[in-house]
Amino acid sequence: MKLITAIIKPFKLDDVKDALKAAGVQGLTVSEVRGFGRQGGHSETYRGAEYKIDFVPKVRFELVVEDGAVDPVIAAIKAAASTGKIGDGKIWITDIDRLIRIRTGEEGPDAI
Amino acid sequence: MDAGSLTWVLVSAAMVLFMTPGLAFFYGGMDRERNVLNMLMMNFYCVLIVPVLWMILGYSLAQGGSGNFIGNFDFLFLDGIGILDDNGGQLATIAFLGMFAAITPALISGAVADRMKFSAWAIFVPLWLLLVYVPVFKWVYGGWLGDRGSLDFAGGTAIHVNAGIAALAAVLVLGKRKGWPKEGQPPHSMPLVMIGTGILWFGWFGFNAGSALAANGQATQAFMNTFLAAAAAGLVWVVVEWKRDGHPTNLGAASGIVAGLVAITPAAGYVSGAAPLVIGGIAGLVCCYAVKLKSKFLFDDALDVVGVHFVGGLVGSLLIGFFANPEFFDGTFEEGIFYGGDAGLLLEQAIANLSAIVWSFAITFVIMVVLKKTIGVRVDEQVETTGLDFGLHGESAYH
Repeated sequence: MKLITAIIKPFKLDDVKDALKAAGVQGLTVSEVRGFGRQGGHSETYRGAEYKIDFVPKVRFELVVEDGAVDPVIAAIKAAASTGKIGDGKIWITDIDRLIRIRTGEEGPDAI
Repeated sequence: MDAGSLTWVLVSAAMVLFMTPGLAFFYGGMDRERNVLNMLMMNFYCVLIVPVLWMILGYSLAQGGSGNFIGNFDFLFLDGIGILDDNGGQLATIAFLGMFAAITPALISGAVADRMKFSAWAIFVPLWLLLVYVPVFKWVYGGWLGDRGSLDFAGGTAIHVNAGIAALAAVLVLGKRKGWPKEGQPPHSMPLVMIGTGILWFGWFGFNAGSALAANGQATQAFMNTFLAAAAAGLVWVVVEWKRDGHPTNLGAASGIVAGLVAITPAAGYVSGAAPLVIGGIAGLVCCYAVKLKSKFLFDDALDVVGVHFVGGLVGSLLIGFFANPEFFDGTFEEGIFYGGDAGLLLEQAIANLSAIVWSFAITFVIMVVLKKTIGVRVDEQVETTGLDFGLHGESAYH
């Protein structure tokens, strides 16, 4: 089992969600986060004074999938989240030791 | 007072009351999210304390008797003011003027944002009202400045220049916000700023057109001037910053609208024709640059009370010297330079504003120093860093 974490542009939230559903994903978690990558932040001007906004709003997707589903999920996120412009975000994959469904107590892939 | 006029004055009074929450949102949106409730409370506090003081002694000291510098105690607790002889006209006027008294100290809150102790503000407002607002108001309306012939229709000198220069004195004693000007502190909610701007503009029709204290032609012209000057100033500000900074911003539009409203305030009942467009346009242009003064001279006027209210009020007040048109209003005031007058009126406008500036700056400075030496005026560093909302009021705006 793998945890897939993706940081994407906020306006791509629905596109990525739809792509993941189409790819057969049954559950996921999103959070509104802020951060910066190589693009740095951006600046905003108020009453002629420039303010550097270091942390740009992003959306973080988190979902756990079986090993075999990793590549199709990555492909779905990449296709849906890409604009080709700087700041499109990243995807990373983490090993999962245990996964437990709270209601039934099921463990492992059954709990996905 | 006839029924039509009474109705208009009462409606105007309610509209002016609404401006204080409008101002609170205008400032609150520009503030950071951890200090927005403190900003709202500083403003709402003014509509709690000022009406009480106004009734007890404020009105009497501001309008009682024929003194040149200060009123008297004839109307303490509004003693002797009935509703039978004049259809309630005087009482309506007292209510209307009380709303002005409430919003004037509230204007200063934008300058001291993010770092002033609420206990200090709670004492500052009544002291400032009685020691600065009330005497200056009397000088302008029924005292020596008005008698000399200077004009201030709805409070350019008595309210905006007065509060604007007081804001400068206050921040000089209070000191800069932690991190300013190095750290950026952009507005946390532009939608709040725009709602506040809309409420202010709406209320300002009562502020200016209501100042005719009658339902008549002068009120109508003041209404139209208020409409036009705000639009022209907002337009100019947006165009200037679009060209200068690259974007037409909401904050630029809002700031321009308010600058135009401030500038037309003293002139609203004395000018006509294209004058409101010119006065608004000049105010938009000048204030758009004036808000940069604080970075140059390093006084931390957090939300630009000096740049918008002081400068805007001064611009409008001085321009009366050019645009006053007594013939149009069938009025007894002097003509401006463009309508056949000499520089006499302009000189009176300068004297009136200079007098208000000197008194307001000096007394505000003294009040702030006394507060600083006694109860202290600044929140401690931890409260300033973590937020005044929770630190001073035990509340949070957003969860």
